[in-house]
Amino acid sequence: MPTRSIEQVLAEIKTFEGLEQRHLDRIAGCGRNCGFESGEYLAREGDAADTFYVIRHGRVTLETPAPASGPLLIASLGDGTVVGWSWLFPPYRWSFDARAIDDTRAIAFDGACLRGKCEADHELGYVLMQRFAQIILDRLQSTRLQLLDVYGKPGGG
Amino acid sequence: MTPRPWRVSGRRRETADSWTLDLEPADEGPGMSYLPGQFNMIYAFGVGEAPISISGDPNAGGPLVHTVRDVGAVSAAICRAEPGEQLGVRGPYGSAWPVAAAGGRNLLIVAGGVGLAPLRPALRDALGRRHELAGLTLLIGGRTPADLLFADELAELRDDPRLELAVTVDSAATGWDGHVGVVTTLIDDLDFDPAATVALICGPEVMMRFAAQSLIGRGVAAADLHVSMERNMKCAVTQCGRCQFGPTFVCREGAVMRYGDIERIFNLREI
Repeated sequence: MPTRSIEQVLAEIKTFEGLEQRHLDRIAGCGRNCGFESGEYLAREGDAADTFYVIRHGRVTLETPAPASGPLLIASLGDGTVVGWSWLFPPYRWSFDARAIDDTRAIAFDGACLRGKCEADHELGYVLMQRFAQIILDRLQSTRLQLLDVYGKPGGG
Repeated sequence: MTPRPWRVSGRRRETADSWTLDLEPADEGPGMSYLPGQFNMIYAFGVGEAPISISGDPNAGGPLVHTVRDVGAVSAAICRAEPGEQLGVRGPYGSAWPVAAAGGRNLLIVAGGVGLAPLRPALRDALGRRHELAGLTLLIGGRTPADLLFADELAELRDDPRLELAVTVDSAATGWDGHVGVVTTLIDDLDFDPAATVALICGPEVMMRFAAQSLIGRGVAAADLHVSMERNMKCAVTQCGRCQFGPTFVCREGAVMRYGDIERIFNLREI
């Protein structure tokens, strides 16, 4: 089976759909293929967020540690989704743990490399920020729905 | 309007606050035929009456099955009914999920919380007529893993080749290896032909609104979405007006309604 380049993979990821080839090429230049075994951590809460990931195949959960119950699961992310946006904003620290719950293949992107390219090419920075803003908006909407606790008892009883 | 006495023949705890009751006629009369999506008025003697969807298999015969969540005095009394005790039953009432009418297309069932109970008859009916459908998908959203109804049945359905099943919960602790997130995230992940899909949605109204918006966003026609409305109900036979929903009565035009027909009032706050 022919190996597909990172540019080709990116072009089929929803977040990057429709980007100009020159932008895809620049983003892909900061990426490398990687893999995680089930149970392995992609990131730990509080660690330096110098990387973000695009899941090619597998599943990752976002978690936060809790003393009594063990980690609380916040969201599951599957094929074609982006893991991590803390690389975009100071102080560049992961807000949650990210753990593979299946064997997972991903593309890891060097955040500093991409930030540098965005600083040098503001058009790239703008389109990339637009795409990440959409991810953030989608996750915010999902989180709002989770917070509504719509399946809780009517009246909160 | 007179409730018929039925005897509780079985009682199973589904979650911390939900129970499934099997009912058999306490008189000499026949059992009950019903369509998937219909409901009965269940009377806890001396306490009150409430509309409860039928959660059994409409084609299986056997006891009449209802799954009830304890959310108030009447539903709490129904949940407490032990085998051997009697409840009053009027019905069946209301409209039906259009399972047979979905023939040749994909049937997508989206359940939120205890909304899986009114959809279970549609699911069992669809499994029985699976050869008539192009595809069958069940998406379930719950609060936590412990709040999912019909856990044993879901475990069996995971391996059922007739069905694509995805379950998500809003929050979970370690040990849950399923999906975490709201049910609309499952819709985002669907690989399907929206033009050839009929969707049945039941759950809290907020959940149904967001699920309908997600499906319409994916290209499913509003006319192919069906939701189950819930309103306070007293007579269930269009006499009291308690369940009026705009120009409709939920007891007559519902509980199952075509989203395309009610989209305007569904999103109207002053209704």
